[in-house]
Amino acid sequence: MKLMRLLGLAALALAVGGTAQAQTVKIGVVLPFSGANADLGHQIDKAFDLYVKLHSNDIAPYKIDIIKRDEGPPTGAVAKTVTTELITNDKVQLVTGFVFSPSAIALAPVITQSKTPMIIANAGTAWITNLSPYIVRLSFSMWHPAFPMGPYAYNKIGCKTAAVAYTDFPPGKDSVEAFEAGFKKAGGKVVLSIPMGSPVQVPDFTPFLQRVKDAHPDCLYAFIPSGAHATGIMKAYGELGLRKAGVKLIGPMDLIPDNKLQDMGDAAIGTIVMGHYAVDLDNAANKAFKAEWHKAYGPDSYPDFMSAAGWDTMHAIFDTIKKLHGDLSDGAKVVKAMEGWSTNGPRGHVMIDPATRDIVEDEHAMEVYRKPDGKLGERILGTTKQVKDECKVMQVGRCK
Amino acid sequence: MPHFAIIAVSILFDGLAYAMFLFITSVGLSVTMGLMNFVNLAHGAFAMAGGYLVVTFTRTLGIGFIPSLLIAAVLVGAVSVLFERGLYRRLYKSTDLEQVLLTIGLAFMSIATATYFYGPIPKSVPLPSWLQGDVNLGFRAFPSYRAFLIAVGAVLIAVLWYAFERTNIGAKIRAAVDNRRMAESVGINVDLLFTLTFAVGSGLAALGGGLAIQLFGLSPSFAVLYLVLFLIVVAVGGLGSLKGTLVAALVLGIFDTAGKYLFADAGGFFIYAITVAVLLVKPAGFYGRE
Amino acid sequence: MAASEPQKSAGQVARDRAALFLIERHRFRWPEALPWLIAIACFFVFPDRMTFGGQVLIMVMFAISLDLILGYAGIVTLGHAAFFGIGAYTVGLLIARFGWSEPISSLFAAAVLSALVGFASGWFLLRYRGLTLLMLTLATAIMLQETGNLRSDISGGYDGLPGLTISPLFGYFDYDLYGHVNYLYVLGVLAVVFFFVRRIVYSPFGQALTGIRENVRRMHAIGSPVHRRLVTVYTIAASIAGVAGALFTQTNAYVTLTVFDFDNSAKVMVMLILGGTGRLYGAFLGAVVYMVLEDKLSKLSPTFWQFGIGLLLVLAVLFARRGLLGLVENAGLCLPKRKKP
Repeated sequence: MKLMRLLGLAALALAVGGTAQAQTVKIGVVLPFSGANADLGHQIDKAFDLYVKLHSNDIAPYKIDIIKRDEGPPTGAVAKTVTTELITNDKVQLVTGFVFSPSAIALAPVITQSKTPMIIANAGTAWITNLSPYIVRLSFSMWHPAFPMGPYAYNKIGCKTAAVAYTDFPPGKDSVEAFEAGFKKAGGKVVLSIPMGSPVQVPDFTPFLQRVKDAHPDCLYAFIPSGAHATGIMKAYGELGLRKAGVKLIGPMDLIPDNKLQDMGDAAIGTIVMGHYAVDLDNAANKAFKAEWHKAYGPDSYPDFMSAAGWDTMHAIFDTIKKLHGDLSDGAKVVKAMEGWSTNGPRGHVMIDPATRDIVEDEHAMEVYRKPDGKLGERILGTTKQVKDECKVMQVGRCK
Repeated sequence: MPHFAIIAVSILFDGLAYAMFLFITSVGLSVTMGLMNFVNLAHGAFAMAGGYLVVTFTRTLGIGFIPSLLIAAVLVGAVSVLFERGLYRRLYKSTDLEQVLLTIGLAFMSIATATYFYGPIPKSVPLPSWLQGDVNLGFRAFPSYRAFLIAVGAVLIAVLWYAFERTNIGAKIRAAVDNRRMAESVGINVDLLFTLTFAVGSGLAALGGGLAIQLFGLSPSFAVLYLVLFLIVVAVGGLGSLKGTLVAALVLGIFDTAGKYLFADAGGFFIYAITVAVLLVKPAGFYGRE
Repeated sequence: MAASEPQKSAGQVARDRAALFLIERHRFRWPEALPWLIAIACFFVFPDRMTFGGQVLIMVMFAISLDLILGYAGIVTLGHAAFFGIGAYTVGLLIARFGWSEPISSLFAAAVLSALVGFASGWFLLRYRGLTLLMLTLATAIMLQETGNLRSDISGGYDGLPGLTISPLFGYFDYDLYGHVNYLYVLGVLAVVFFFVRRIVYSPFGQALTGIRENVRRMHAIGSPVHRRLVTVYTIAASIAGVAGALFTQTNAYVTLTVFDFDNSAKVMVMLILGGTGRLYGAFLGAVVYMVLEDKLSKLSPTFWQFGIGLLLVLAVLFARRGLLGLVENAGLCLPKRKKP
C-alpha cells in the first residue's frame, strides 16, 4: 500500500514536474547591440533584463528562456536573417525588441508566414502594425507624440507660426508630417521646413538653426534621433541664442532623452516636448521603476522612454504567459491575449488597442526646468489622455 | 547690415569653424599618406581615442578642458609610436590593399574596445564657462566654442607652417615627401622622420577628436563614421601637402555649410559634388603631386 | 613513315605555346569542384541555415564582381555598392511600380541597367587611378544614395519598398520560409555567373587585364587599348554586382537605400582582400569566412563581436600575405607533387 502511494506520488511529481519542464517559453530578443545605435539597443535591453530579474517568479512555474541577437544595421537584412533563424532554428515562440523600423518592415512577411508574434519595443513607423496581424506594438508610433503637439503648441504655448526641422529619414519625415497635420488643423502656419542631413553622422546644426532664426517663427519643432544628435542640436540652439530671439523649441521626447538631459545645460531650460515618458513622471509605477533602475545600474544611469517601453513590453509578455498558462505555441492566441491588455506602468496608463494592435498611451506636454537640487528635470504642463495613433485613425498615406 | 551680408558672414563663420575641425583632424592623415605612402584607415580611431581620453580626464579626473586636450594629444601621439614601430613599419612595402585591411581591422577593434570601456551611449565634455555661450556682435551672436575652434585652428596652422617651411625638420620632411630615395641618399634619416610625423599626425587627430565632442558627440562608432570625411579632405587637398589640406578643409567646410544653409534639401550632396568636381579637374587634389 | 611537317617559324612556335597555355587554363582542375560540392552539401547538412546561406552566396557573387576589377584589372574602387544598389532597386521598382515580379527576367533587367550605369561612369572615371579613383567612386555612390533620399517618394527612402512579393520561380517553385528554394536559385545563378567570369578571366582578354594591372605603361606601349579594356571589364563587373543586388532584393523581399551604403563597398572589399584577390576563389573563401565568423561572433557576443573580426583582419595581413587562399595554396604545396607522365 505504501509502495503504491509512493509510486503514485512519484508519478504525480513526475507529471507535474514534467509539465513544468515543458513550459519554458522561448523568446527571441533582437536589438542593436553593436554599431552606431548600440546605445538605443542597450537602453531597452537593460529594461528587459531588469524586469526579468525582478519578476521571474511571477510566472512560476513557467520559465522564460531569452535568446539575444544583434539586430545589425538599419538595413533590415541582418534582422530578417537572425529573426528568421530564431523562429526556424531556435524555435522561439515570440520575438521582441526591434529598434529600427526597416527591421520590422522586412520581417512582416516572415512573421505572418510563421505565425510568430512580433512584440515591438521601439520601431516607430506608423503603418508597421498594418503589415501583419501578428505584430503588436508596445512602444509608440511617430504620430503619438507628434500629432497632439500641434494643437497643444497652437493653443497652449502660443505658437501661431512654426518652423519644422528634422533629420532626413523616415522617422523624421513622419514626425513632422504628424506635427504639421495637427498644427495646421488647429490653425497654425508652418513657415519653414528644413531637412537636417542623414541620421548616421551628427551634422553641424548651426546652418540649419541659423536659417530658422532668420525666419522668425514662434516655435521650432525639431525631430532628431535620440542620442548624440539631441545634444548637438540643443547646444546649437543655445549657442545661437534662439530662445532669446523668441523662437521656442518644441518637439517629441526624442529631443531630450533622459540620459542626455543633464549634459545639455541651460540651453535646454524652457524646451517643451510632448512625450509619453519622462524620468520625473510622478506615478507609483515610475517611482518603483526608477528606484530599481538606479539600484541595478547606478545613480548616474537613467531610464528613458525606450527603457519604459521595454519594461512594459516585458510586462505584457509576462502577463500573456500567465494568461495562457505558459502555452504560447499558438501565435494567434498570443496576439488575442495581448489585445486590450492594459496596465499602469512607468508611462502611466497604457493599453493595446484591439483594433490596431498598437499602443494607446497618455501624451504629456513637459517642460524642462532646473530642479531645486540643481539637476535638470521635466515638469508636466498638461496631458492628452489615451492618445491613439492618429495616422491610422485619419487613414493618412500608408496607414490605410 | 543687409540681409545677404549677414547670411554670408554666418556661412563664413560656421564654415570656418567646421573647416578648422576638418583641418586639424585630417592634416596628420595627409602627411602620413603623402610621406609614408601608408593608407591609415585607423586614423579615425586615433581621433576617437583622443576624444575618449579627454572625456576621462575631464569627467573622472577633473582636469580642465584645455589641459585635457593637450595631454590627450601628447599621449595618443606617444602611443601611436608603438603602433608605428611595432605594426605599421612591417607594411610599408606592402600593397595598399593590405594596409587597408590591417588598419580597418584595427579600427574595428578600437570600436569594440571603446564600447567595452565607455559603453555605447554618446558622451559629452563639460566645458569651462568661457567656452559656453556666445559672443554678440550685434547683428548675430557667434558661439564662443566655434570662435575658439577657429582660433585654435589658426594657431596650429601658423605653428605647422613655421615648422614645415622654416625649420630643418620641416625641410627634411618636405624633401622626403618629394623624393624619398634622394632624401635618404643625402643622409636624411627617413625612418625617424616617419615615426615623428606619424606621432605628430596622430596627436593632432586626437586633438581634433577632443575638439569634435562638443560638435558631434562621441560614441564608439566615431572611428569610422567620419573617416570618409577625412579621406575626402585629404584627397581633395593633395597627399602630403599642408597647404592642400588647409585649402581643401576651407573649401569643403564652407561649401558644405553654405549648402546646408541655402539648399538643405540637397543634404550632403554638396561636399561630394565638390569632391568629384575638383578631382575630375585636378586628380591629385589642389596641391598634390602627380 | 609520316610525311615530315614543314618547319615552324619561331613566332609560330611561340603562338602555339601561348594558345596551348590558354587552353590548358580553361581546363577544369578537380579542386575547382570543391566550392560547389561544399555549397550543395551545406544544403543538406544545414537545412535550417539556408536564409543565411542565401546571403552568403549573394556576397560571394558581389565579391567575385569586385575581384574582376580589383583582382584582375587592378582598379581599386569604393563605390561598388552603387551597382549592387541599382540592381537591388531595379527589382524593387519593377515590382512596386510596374507590378512585374517574375524573378529571372528581373535579373536580366538589373544586369542591363547596372551595366549601363557601369559603362557610363566607367568611361569617365577610369581615366583616373589611385586615391583619386577611390574618392570619385565613393562620392558617386553616395550621391546616388542622396538622390534616392531626395526622391524618397520613389525609393521609399530608408524605410524602403516593403512587401515585395516575388512570383514563383519558373512559375512553380514558391519561396518558402526556410529559404530552401531561394538558396538553390541563388546558387544556380552564382554558378552561371561564375563560369561566365571564369571564361573571361582565362581568355586573352583576362591576360590583358592582368597586364594592365601589373604594368599599365607597358600595356600602353604595346598598343593595347587600355581604357577600352578597363571600361569593358568595369561594365561586366557592374552588371554582375547588379545581379547580386537583384538577388538581394528577391531574397529579402525588401529593399532600402542602405544598399548603397559605403559600408557595403568597404565590406565586400575587405572580404575579397581577406580571401585573396585575383584568384576568383579568393572571393568564395573571403566572403564565406567573413560572414560565417561575423554570424558566430555576434551570437557569442552581440556587443563586442567586431573585435573578433578586426583581429582576424589584422592577423590575416600579418600572417596570410596573399589572403586566406594563399594559405590554402601554401598548404597545397606541402602535398607531394604528382609526377607529370
